[in-house]
Amino acid sequence: MKRRDFIKNTAASSALLGIAGFSLSSFTSSDLKHITILHTNDVHSYIDPFPADHPRNANMGGVARRAALIESIRKENKNVLLLDAGDIFQGTPYFNYYGGELEFKLMSMMKYDVSTLGNHDFDNGIDGFYSQLPNAKFEFVSANYDFKNTVLDSHVKPYTIKHVDGIKVGIFGLGIELDGLVDKKNYKETVYNNPIEVATDMARVLKTEQKCDLVICLSHLGFKYKDEPNKPSDIFLAQKTKDIDLIIGGHTHTFLDKPVIEKNLEGKEVLINQVGCYGLNLGRIDFYLTNDKQVASQGKSIIV
Amino acid sequence: MVNLKNYSIVLKHFVLLLTFLLLTSCGNNKYSVSKIEGKKIGITNNQSEVTEIENYIKPYRDHIDKDLSTTLAYSPEVLDKSKGEWQTNIGNFLADVTFEKCNVVFQSREKKSLDMCILNHGGIRSIIPKGNVTARNAYEVMPFENSATVIALKGEQILEMVNYLISEKKPHPLSGIQFTIGSNGVAKDILIQGKPLENNTIYQVVTNDYLANGGDNMTFFKKGIKRTDLDYKLRNILIDYFKDVDTLKINSNKRIIKE
Repeated sequence: MKRRDFIKNTAASSALLGIAGFSLSSFTSSDLKHITILHTNDVHSYIDPFPADHPRNANMGGVARRAALIESIRKENKNVLLLDAGDIFQGTPYFNYYGGELEFKLMSMMKYDVSTLGNHDFDNGIDGFYSQLPNAKFEFVSANYDFKNTVLDSHVKPYTIKHVDGIKVGIFGLGIELDGLVDKKNYKETVYNNPIEVATDMARVLKTEQKCDLVICLSHLGFKYKDEPNKPSDIFLAQKTKDIDLIIGGHTHTFLDKPVIEKNLEGKEVLINQVGCYGLNLGRIDFYLTNDKQVASQGKSIIV
Repeated sequence: MVNLKNYSIVLKHFVLLLTFLLLTSCGNNKYSVSKIEGKKIGITNNQSEVTEIENYIKPYRDHIDKDLSTTLAYSPEVLDKSKGEWQTNIGNFLADVTFEKCNVVFQSREKKSLDMCILNHGGIRSIIPKGNVTARNAYEVMPFENSATVIALKGEQILEMVNYLISEKKPHPLSGIQFTIGSNGVAKDILIQGKPLENNTIYQVVTNDYLANGGDNMTFFKKGIKRTDLDYKLRNILIDYFKDVDTLKINSNKRIIKE
């Protein structure tokens, strides 16, 4: 009997230690979480840096340099999500010769997590995009392109959820109207749905149903259309929806010096960022999250 | 469950205490954003490179460089879009080559012949230097992904095109058409394939998809009767032509004559 008691005792104390260890760590160091979002858009097959004699972008860009920058940031904070807002394809002979193979392979080497599709990603047809997918070790999301009757069905999902250091990050994609911009022969049976309606639903699913701590939209709608204020754009999207924390934009090749803060339907802040094109810049957004109710009740500070 | 009956009372209380703490303080595991920082980081040559990535790119780059640098033909003169009021040597050249290559495709596909070609001056993005010509020249002249499109236009729309060309005062590339601008500024002697323009005849006009969609205000294309996309990129037309010939054939005859 004594021996049995001893075993029971041992089991109980290790269980206790487990609980104690878990609860103590929850109380102290984990109050503040730090997630770094890195992003690009409209890289357009620019793999090499611009030459020294280029009139506008001399010595800028280049994938090997971007990779080094990303590596150094990962050393500083391992909780990184690396995202792209579309138009990976088209712009240099790398695309004409290899159809996007090298673009996808290099993004995989840099450990991109998620991307959405831009209009130029259809330039070799939806089949051309599909044939390069085995080279992409990252996910594609698009919520308003319905690919049901195309080869991309089930390969491109409306959204994905990433768990980073215990934080649930929901990421969905939005694409621009294809009619008039992309040849029907290229996008085939892809159906474009209203991005604002789709985003409203996505934000609800991710925030309310899936209980994500952060909701990010990868948008290829374009930043803003001054002459067509009702055309879906990132600014319009931010104003007409709620529960989206960050919109990472593309398409208009807009060089924002810093993220733009817009008010959503509920009057809450939404961040919009876009970093131009051709891999000239890397966008960086750092989110600090807390589970301390007192700190949380003081609201958030946005430093841009 | 673990049987705790042999434990001291202290230990039991310790367990209760922990459970209580877990349920209260840590039960709320909801995180909210307290701070956001955002910035743009420029990628410059001050940034080091990842050697592994650079080495991975190199064979791809070398292959493209070699291919683009292969001499395909010879240009007897500098082809430049900035020299000429109503036509330029590069404009004539590009329109003639586009007409010639597309006519073969159109004939085999539609059993009809092309009548003329119009492109846009703005679409020419570089010169072609005198000397050896490579595929790289084609990429420089035509960096965009435009393809050839044939639009069937009535004579009336050809007249609209002529009036457009006169009002625009730009040397848009033309082939197969010739006309004179009279001293009164009005077009006369409009010839298509050497024959006078007829209002009710239908003409097959090859252009690029950008203009066919109404680009550069060429609205007459929207009144087209039929559209046939040839799925032939303008850049590839040029590269194919370079491969066909030893020396570029440049026809500097006037398409628009000013009286």
